[in-house]
Amino acid sequence: MEPVLSVKGLNLYYGSTQALKNVSIDLPEKQVTALIGPSGCGKSTFLKTLDRMNDLVPGVTINGSVQYRGLEIYAPDVDVTWLRRQIGMVFQKPNPFPMSIYDNIAYGPRTHGVRDRKHLDEIVEKSLRGAAIWDEVKDRLKKSALGLSGGQQQRICIARALAVEPDVLLMDEATSALDPISTSKIEDLIADLKNTYTIVIVTHNMQQATRVSDKCAFFLLGELVESGDTGQMFSMPREKRTEDYITGRFG
Amino acid sequence: MPEHYAPVKMEPLSGRRKVFNRSLHVLLYLCAAFTCILLVGIIGYIFYRGLPNITWKLLSTKPSYLSDSIGILPNLMSTLYLVVFTLLIVLPLGVGAAIYLTEYAKNRRLVAVIEFATETLTGIPSILFGLVGMLFFCQFCSLGTSLRAGAFTLVMMILPTIVRTTQESLKAVPQSYREGALGLGSGKWHMIRTVVLPCSTDGIVTGCILAVGRIVGESAALLFTAGLAHSLSGFFQALSTPGATLTVALYVYVTERGETDVGFAIAAILMILTLLINLAAGLIGRWLGKASHGRSA
Repeated sequence: MEPVLSVKGLNLYYGSTQALKNVSIDLPEKQVTALIGPSGCGKSTFLKTLDRMNDLVPGVTINGSVQYRGLEIYAPDVDVTWLRRQIGMVFQKPNPFPMSIYDNIAYGPRTHGVRDRKHLDEIVEKSLRGAAIWDEVKDRLKKSALGLSGGQQQRICIARALAVEPDVLLMDEATSALDPISTSKIEDLIADLKNTYTIVIVTHNMQQATRVSDKCAFFLLGELVESGDTGQMFSMPREKRTEDYITGRFG
Repeated sequence: MPEHYAPVKMEPLSGRRKVFNRSLHVLLYLCAAFTCILLVGIIGYIFYRGLPNITWKLLSTKPSYLSDSIGILPNLMSTLYLVVFTLLIVLPLGVGAAIYLTEYAKNRRLVAVIEFATETLTGIPSILFGLVGMLFFCQFCSLGTSLRAGAFTLVMMILPTIVRTTQESLKAVPQSYREGALGLGSGKWHMIRTVVLPCSTDGIVTGCILAVGRIVGESAALLFTAGLAHSLSGFFQALSTPGATLTVALYVYVTERGETDVGFAIAAILMILTLLINLAAGLIGRWLGKASHGRSA
């Protein structure tokens, strides 16, 4: 099967510090890939290269190849707004806009030109159902999204990302700021979402990686040490460093 | 408490330190009391001298040599025109510059230089702006002494304040909102218009109202540029003719015609206006702050 995202020989520098070293990996369609590794190993940075959110950071230089369904995303003529519509992102800290729940979800579709009220209503309901939060908020769509709990806010952010009907969903430690119950809700959600979307998550929590991911990639000091099937990697890691990390000897 | 514990022995402050403590307390109290009396005294005195002299005739007529009467309607209108015209120019310019500096500018050094310059400009005495305004707008651009020239001068003077306050409120918008919007595929301007600006309206409006306060209170810069006339005309005609604002009129009536009572009446009006403007700034700022943070959405 053709990978949705294919990365070859990716190097990334913050100024003169190299944050990613010659990373190559293929991300298969409709599967969950977990990026694991200790803090500062480059996994979040790597995630951000996939929808070019690193463009916002001053002083970043990138070389190598990142292809989204065969398209070189760092080519000069690529429209980043189109790209980010295909590849949605959920951030570590829930970041709903200071607007109503409805307006939060409708933000993306409106941005891309949907004006029809009925159509918007449908999208909002579908997205909120998709993020498993419709029942909790259906009676308060006009209320501010900031009044929700952290876990609800994060699911609003997931719904907001789903509303633009992306192809890939990137989640940067999307549960690290949440309590265990909210976390398990979002993990269940990820399991549902992978029937429709290709998902890449960054996580510090190795149990979470084993619970939700099909593929796993272990980063250390900017290098991709090992990647493969999650079950295989956690039972029989090929590399000594991977084994040390997943058995908790460091990190 | 167990009984075998002896209570701690108290070591009270020495007599000298007690006296010192006490006298400092009194000294600070006196400082506060003096400040208070001074401020309340000035306000009280101006209202005491000014309020009885505010009459409907004063507010609603123009000065006439025939009936030997004084009216400040032309000055009220000049002030209003000046506020409107100055804001029309300074607001888009200042907010635009601030958006560029915080959201678009890539050259951090240049931004730092501009920020330093705007900060310095806010501290310059307004009479210098008056001098420059007279030489540049009235003479070089041959606008003559007119409300127009006065407004342009005030634009120069207030621009740094508007830029600074707008920048501050833009910087206070969390970066995560910007990332969220861009991550959904919105373009830069769309992101600014739909997420960043709505979050910072309260700061911008507050800055704007404070700017109105400065325009109403300005006299030095306008003496040079907007002239001393008390003529009453429509908005567009007034812009190209000289006109004295309330503060300038106060100066003229008191120094040239010895009308101290009129001076105090104008002072009281100015005081009330300033009070209203400050109250409005506070109220609108709070109201918009609430609205933009979604509590009443």
